Amino acid sequence: MKIDRRQFFKVMAAGGAVAVGASPVQARPCKTLPPDAIGILYDANLCIGCKACEVACKVANDMPMSGDGAIDQAYGVQDAWDGDDDLNGRTMNKIKAYVAEGSRTDLDDPDACFIKRSCMHCIDPDCVSACPVSALTKDPFTGIVSYNPDACIGCRYCQLACPFNIPKFQYDKTFPQIVKCQLCAPRIAEGEIPACCDACPTGASLFGRVEDLRAEGHRRLAMQPGERVEFPLNQLGGKTRAAEAQKYHPHLYGETESGGTQYLMVAGVPFEQLGMPPVGDESRARLSETLQHSLYKGMVAPGLLLGGLVYAAYQHTKEDREDQEDRQNRPEQEHGDD
Amino acid sequence: MTEAFRPLGGKLFTRHFQFMGVLVLIAGYFLIRRFIFGIGDVSNLSDGFPWGLWITYDVVTGTAIACGGYAMALLVYVFNRGQFHPMIRAALLTSVFGYTLAGASIVVDVGRYWQLYNVFLPQYINLNSVMLEVALCVTLYTLVLWIEFSPAILEAMKANRLLRFLRHILFFFIGVGILLPTMHQSSLGSLLLIAGYKVHDLWQTTIIPLLFLITAITMGYGIVVFESLYASVHLGRKLETPLLSKISAIIPWLLIAYLVLRIGDLFLSGQIRAIAGPGPEPYLFLAEVALFVFAIVTLMDQYHRTRPTILFWSSLAVVLGGALYRFNAFMIAFDPGPGWHYFPAVGEMSITLGIVAFEIMAYLFFVKKTPILAAGH
Repeated sequence: MKIDRRQFFKVMAAGGAVAVGASPVQARPCKTLPPDAIGILYDANLCIGCKACEVACKVANDMPMSGDGAIDQAYGVQDAWDGDDDLNGRTMNKIKAYVAEGSRTDLDDPDACFIKRSCMHCIDPDCVSACPVSALTKDPFTGIVSYNPDACIGCRYCQLACPFNIPKFQYDKTFPQIVKCQLCAPRIAEGEIPACCDACPTGASLFGRVEDLRAEGHRRLAMQPGERVEFPLNQLGGKTRAAEAQKYHPHLYGETESGGTQYLMVAGVPFEQLGMPPVGDESRARLSETLQHSLYKGMVAPGLLLGGLVYAAYQHTKEDREDQEDRQNRPEQEHGDD
Repeated sequence: MTEAFRPLGGKLFTRHFQFMGVLVLIAGYFLIRRFIFGIGDVSNLSDGFPWGLWITYDVVTGTAIACGGYAMALLVYVFNRGQFHPMIRAALLTSVFGYTLAGASIVVDVGRYWQLYNVFLPQYINLNSVMLEVALCVTLYTLVLWIEFSPAILEAMKANRLLRFLRHILFFFIGVGILLPTMHQSSLGSLLLIAGYKVHDLWQTTIIPLLFLITAITMGYGIVVFESLYASVHLGRKLETPLLSKISAIIPWLLIAYLVLRIGDLFLSGQIRAIAGPGPEPYLFLAEVALFVFAIVTLMDQYHRTRPTILFWSSLAVVLGGALYRFNAFMIAFDPGPGWHYFPAVGEMSITLGIVAFEIMAYLFFVKKTPILAAGH
C-alpha cells in the first residue's frame, strides 16, 4: 500500500507539472508598430500592370512559373506566360485588374484599376497568433512576418485565421509548405530592398519605413487631380519621377485594417471593388487571445477544477477500490488461473 | 457497483463486419494516394477552404460524438450517480476510438505530419494559439482515455496485479479525463473566433466556447442513448430503457440552456438580423434549432422517455443537431470570400467513411472479445 501511495503522489506531481506547465500569460493590449517597421506602399494609380514585380518576386524567391496557363496550352509551349490568376502555392505576389461593369476591356475607364495582392504584414497578425508551433513569427524590429518550414506542421490554421486570405498552401505537393510574401527578408538583410519594389518602373510599389510611407500615402490622398507631382521610385528618399496626379479614393488602406498593416495601399476606386475583404479595425487575434487567456489565466481555474474533479472521483470510486480488495481477499481457488 | 462486465462472444467476421472492412480498404487506397501525391490529389481543400470534411467531421464533430465517456464520467464520478456505472465502459469504448481516430485523421489532414511532434517542443509552442491548446488537450485526453479503458483490456488478459494497481490510481485519471474535454471541447469553438467575418454572423460569437461545450456534453448523452439502443437491437441484447430514460431526462435542460444562450446572444449582439439575410444559412440555423426543439419537446415528457422508439429518434436528433451546428460553423456557413466554393471530394469522403467503419469494426471486436458490456442488462 505504501508503495502505491508514493506512486500516487508521483503521478499527482507529474500531472500538476503538466497542468501548470503552460505558464500564465496576461490578456494583452493592442500591439503597436515595431521601432524599425518597414513596409510597402502600393499606389494603384501609378501601377501600369506590367507585372515586372511578379517576375522579380518569382526570381528572388526561386518560385516556379505556373506553366499550364491558357496560352501555354493553346500553343503547346512551356512557361511562356505565368498563367495563375491569384496567389497560390507558387505565387506570393499578384497583380490583378479591376474593370468596372460594362467596360470589360477598357483599362482607360476611370473606374478601372489594378491591385497588387501579397502579405499585408499586419501589426497584430492573426496568423502569428493562430500558429500552434510558432512557424509564423513577427520580427520585433522590422515587423516582417516570416515563415519557418522546420516548425510548420501544415495545419493551415493560419489560412483560416488570415483576414486577407494570404497564406497559401502547396496542396499539390507530397511534402508541402505554406507560401507567403516575407518582404524579401534575406535581401533586406543584405541592404537591398524587396524585389517587387526594385523592379517596379513607375514607383507603384514603394519601399520604406512604415511611418514615412503613411505620411507619403496621406500626401497622395491630398493631391489635386491633374497637378504635376514628384513620385519617389523604388524606395523613399531615392530617385523620383514627375507625373500627373490622378483622383484618389480617400482611404489609406492598411492604416487601421485589422489593427494596422505594414503594407499600405492607395487607389482611385473603393477597396471593396478591388476585392479587399471586409476586415474590421481590430485584429481578431486580440479578441481570441484575450478570451483564451482570461479562461486559462495562470492555469488557476483549470487547476482548481482539476482538484475538485480528482477529489470527487476519489470519493466516488471508493467502492471500486474496495470491491477489488474484497475479490483479492477471497479464497484462492477463485483466482486459481493466475 | 458490483455488476460484472462480460465479453459478448460470438462470431466476429459477420457480413456487417466484412462490409465495414471493404470501406476501410477503399479508404486505404485514397490514403496511399494522399501520402504519395499530396492532399490536393484526394480532396477539394483549397486556399479558401483550408479546412474541410476531415477537420469538421473527424475532429470537431467526431470528438463531440465521442463525448459519451466524458458525459457519463461527469454523471457517475462528479454527480455520483452510480446507477449508471454499468454503461460507463461502453461509453468509454466509443470515446477511446472516437478520439484515437480523430488523432489519426489529424495525421492525414495536416500537411507536414512528420513534424507533428513540434507541438510538444518547448522551443516551438505558441501559448497564444487556441490550436495548441486543442492539440495538447486532445493528445493528452486520448492517452488518459486509454488508461481509463485499460481495466477492460487487463481483465480480458487476466493481468490481475496490474489491474489492482490501476484501480488505486484510476481516480486521478478520471479527474483529468473530465477536465481535459471541458477545456478542449470549448476551445474547438474558440478556434473560429480568429476567423472573424469568414464565419457567418449566426455562428460567430464570443460565447462560442460555451456553446460548443454544452452541445458536446449534450451530444455525449445523446450518443450514449442512441448507441445503447442501436447496439441492443443489433447485438440482440435486452434494451436498457430504464437507465436510458433517466439519462435522456438531462438532455432537454442542457438544450434549453443552450438555446437561451445562443438565441439570447444573437439578440443582444444584434446579429439576429442575419436571420433575414440571403442564402441557405437562415434555414440551416432553423434546422439546428428545430432538431433541438424536437428533442426538448419529446424528452420533457416522462412517458415518452420510456418509449424506445421515441428515445431513438430524439437522441438521434440531438446528435444530428449538434453535428449540424458544427458543420455549419466550420464548413457550410463558412465563407472566405467570393470565388471560393467547397464540397468534399470522393477521396475525402471515402477516407472519412473508412475511419468511421474502422471505428465500428473496433467497437464490435472489443465488445465481443473484452468485458465491456454489463452482464445481466
